Amino acid sequence: MIRITVDGEPVQGRDGQTIAGVLVGAGRTAWRTSQTGDRGVFCGIGVCHDCLVTVNGVEGVRACRREAADGDRVEREVRA
Amino acid sequence: MTHVAILGGGPAGLAAAQGALAAGARVSLLDEGDRLGGQFWRHHERLTDPRLQHAWHRFGRLRGALADGDAQVHVGASVWWAEASADGVRLRATVGDADGDGRTGLEVDADAVVVATGAHDLALPVPGWTLPGVTTAGAAQALAKRDGVAVGRRTVVSGSGPFLLPVAHSLALVGSEVVAVHEASRLPALARGWLPRPWELAGKAEEFLEYAGGLMRHRIPYRTGSAVVRVLGTDRVEGVVVAAVDADWRPIPGTEREVACDAVALGHGFTPRLEAALALGCAIDGDHRGRFVVVDDTQRTSVARVFAAGELTGIAGADAALAEGAVAGFLAAGGAFDDPRLRGPVAARSRTRAFARRLERAHGIRPGWTAWLDDDTIVCRCEAVARRAIVERADVPLRAMRLATRAGLGPCQGRTCGRTVEAIVAEAGGAAASVGFDRRPVLAPVRIGEVAALAETDPPT
Ligand SMILES: Cc1cc2nc3c(=O)[nH]c(=O)nc-3n(C[C@H](O)[C@H](O)[C@H](O)COP(=O)(O)OP(=O)(O)OC[C@H]3O[C@@H](n4cnc5c(N)ncnc54)[C@H](O)[C@@H]3O)c2cc1C
Ligand code: FES
Repeated sequence: MIRITVDGEPVQGRDGQTIAGVLVGAGRTAWRTSQTGDRGVFCGIGVCHDCLVTVNGVEGVRACRREAADGDRVEREVRA
Repeated sequence: MTHVAILGGGPAGLAAAQGALAAGARVSLLDEGDRLGGQFWRHHERLTDPRLQHAWHRFGRLRGALADGDAQVHVGASVWWAEASADGVRLRATVGDADGDGRTGLEVDADAVVVATGAHDLALPVPGWTLPGVTTAGAAQALAKRDGVAVGRRTVVSGSGPFLLPVAHSLALVGSEVVAVHEASRLPALARGWLPRPWELAGKAEEFLEYAGGLMRHRIPYRTGSAVVRVLGTDRVEGVVVAAVDADWRPIPGTEREVACDAVALGHGFTPRLEAALALGCAIDGDHRGRFVVVDDTQRTSVARVFAAGELTGIAGADAALAEGAVAGFLAAGGAFDDPRLRGPVAARSRTRAFARRLERAHGIRPGWTAWLDDDTIVCRCEAVARRAIVERADVPLRAMRLATRAGLGPCQGRTCGRTVEAIVAEAGGAAASVGFDRRPVLAPVRIGEVAALAETDPPT
């Protein structure tokens, strides 16, 4: 088990899952604010950039490609 | 000793590596994923349910060949630059955590390169498809295989092609109810594609029957000539509208019905990842209905030292990728096309080429799909560009249209919407594009600082 935070809230996942895998596994479907409402995973393989999050302060990380590490701080990105 | 660089570690790239090693070359293989295997063998040692994998023993043999041979394998290596000259080829990559800020640079100089960057899903837009809970069929498959999670509790699968079957099966195995699989092609098209010369389908037929059995066991209905034509919901998916479609995939009025669900997986085929091949200068053939790298029988592209294999040269599945990769790698290493060791792959390739033609005949995208769009349906997801804006500028050159609407100028660089924007422009009477949306100056996302730090790149290997 690993534990990350998403906008401050704790979320548990399985060791080795991608950030998108942890979030979807926890029943979350959306974690980014776009011009048209919330978005989450779409292509699942790093192509569409819909799943972008900030991880430990680094912006623009594709949640579907980044393996989650215990203690990761994941934050929502808002498209102006 | 000849040094062969291989871009991509899916079935095509892995077979190319094995082929190049067999012909006596030294190999450097780069893939941006954390693990080898590409889309077909996407996996995680602890999280993947083995029932979701196919031909796993073949993957083991390919990895074994890499481990035993003179091969450098770089995973987590995103190739963002590729060039070919009279002296050789050069690839530049960043290596490390996906999109991390602490990645290192890697430069590979080689005598030849096999480009095997594969494809990604082509999901046609549908009104409401930007709602959370809508994913591509490939995403549903990738999350099931790699992470062991289901995209929803009650999922509708819609699109076209045999790939929808393993997707539905995987979804069921990771715990989602699958309401139905909607295949847009109608029975006559499916029969035209699949029924003639059944003996050519040896091997494939068993795979289909296995998936069909899976669908039956999980009581998943397979409905041909139907499609999800609208996704319903306010903040997330709450349901879909399903309709019967005609032979051109145009929804048939009066057949619409609502179905409750919390996830939708869309997949209308695949589109190749051409940017590396384009950067290397390879000739491309086709239009928005399908555009691929041109190769000859030896998998050579139009550019000396550059070979291509796998979904990049046509959509025909993993068997085709394996056969083409084997030929490409062997030839790139200087092996001879008439070498007896290539007999198997060459024979397999003619079978898989026939398979590709069947796929297109049975499941190829039909032009009537645009009838399920509204004027305000978003086509470019990144920049939220609606169909109306694209149609209004259909008569100006593609580049000007993009600048005016911003279609394809967002973070995904037109990867997701390119083909559909071109289809909408073509339907509205606009000019056909030769390369359209596929040319991208930087092949994979790099941070500005990483480019600046290039001077400190490791010496070429
Ligand atoms: C999401 C998805 C899931 C799929 N799942 C299945 C399945 O379960 N079963 C099935 O039969 N078919 C599946 N397919 C179809 C699949 O594409 C083919 O069966 C097969 O994998 C094609 O092999 P390939 O080697 O041509 O390409 P791929 O397997 O796609 O391999 C290409 C590789 O190139 C790498 N790459 C691309 N660009 C770069 C770059 N710039 N830098 C570094 N590396 C790069 C990618 O990371 C990838 O690993 C799937 C397709 C997709 C898109
Ligand atoms: S879901 Fe498309 S890039 Fe992550």
